[in-house]
Amino acid sequence: MLSGLIGKKLGMTQVTEATGKVRAATVIELGPCAVTQIKTAATDGYDAVQIGFGRRRASRVSSAVRGHYAKAEVAPGIKLGEFERRGEAELKPGQNIAAADVFKAGDLVDVCGTSKGRGYAGVIRRHHFAGFPGSHGTHEYFRHGGSIGNRSYPGRVRKGMRMAGQLGNESATVLNLRVLEILPDDNAIVVAGAVPGADGTVVVVCHAAKERRRQMESANG
Amino acid sequence: MNATIRKLEERELRKDLPDFRVGDTLRLQVKVVEGEKERIQSFEGVVIKMNRGGNRAAFTVRKVSYGIGVERIFPLHSPRLEKIQVLSRGRVRRARLYYLRELSGKAARVASA
Repeated sequence: MLSGLIGKKLGMTQVTEATGKVRAATVIELGPCAVTQIKTAATDGYDAVQIGFGRRRASRVSSAVRGHYAKAEVAPGIKLGEFERRGEAELKPGQNIAAADVFKAGDLVDVCGTSKGRGYAGVIRRHHFAGFPGSHGTHEYFRHGGSIGNRSYPGRVRKGMRMAGQLGNESATVLNLRVLEILPDDNAIVVAGAVPGADGTVVVVCHAAKERRRQMESANG
Repeated sequence: MNATIRKLEERELRKDLPDFRVGDTLRLQVKVVEGEKERIQSFEGVVIKMNRGGNRAAFTVRKVSYGIGVERIFPLHSPRLEKIQVLSRGRVRRARLYYLRELSGKAARVASA
């Protein structure tokens, strides 16, 4: 019914398959999610369903945002997101959406979160540079990046040169994770593999974009 | 730990396992897949290490096969373990019996409890 949902990374565990194979898995709680607005081509220029996730005290929200939630009769949340509508199911503002409404076991999903911040990192940690030899005459030059360019041509450092800088704490997406299980009682899903960010952080889970494109291409011949 | 994850992990635990400890001698019935067919293979030896930790718990069994020491690590709650049979209880004074690796023959035995 929707292309995805917003959730919270609860943490990682392992699950044992019937064959005895043990797989790493991440548990994501998808909700509470409620429809806050239906955008249509007529009024907004495009079609989308806006979803509010989580709960926040009304006093912590600006009155403009509070009014937006109140219009849909939804309690103020911590994150809004837009998703495409899938299928014909009717959606109206204020409606709660559960994990089981959107996903089923076996689906492929993309998960987007904010990666753990590593601060200002050098090139070895940030770009996996090899560094310099620990001996053989190396003098005070062990974890440097080396040369960053030529001389008078081009006379400048090329764009995109890999250097030291902020590592992590940026948006990161992992593609094509298999949904192993839906836990309807906890409104959570279990996906195979790891998901960006620390436990307890907000993640956006969508149906896998590339898988959808593959299916559409094979359907159209 | 998060309640949802704890519930998920508790579901993975097997409740039909016998109580055994480091130093005990076990006979394990292990399911093995051979081509298309599945059959049961037994592995008999001394538990030299136990690694606790909910659904991640594992144990190591050591035996000497044709003069070669063989150690296998099994996840305690693995569905591949058809049956665990305790053949004898051992009396040992440490949690990790790595010293057995250095010993052979009669010296490599564990005193029975």
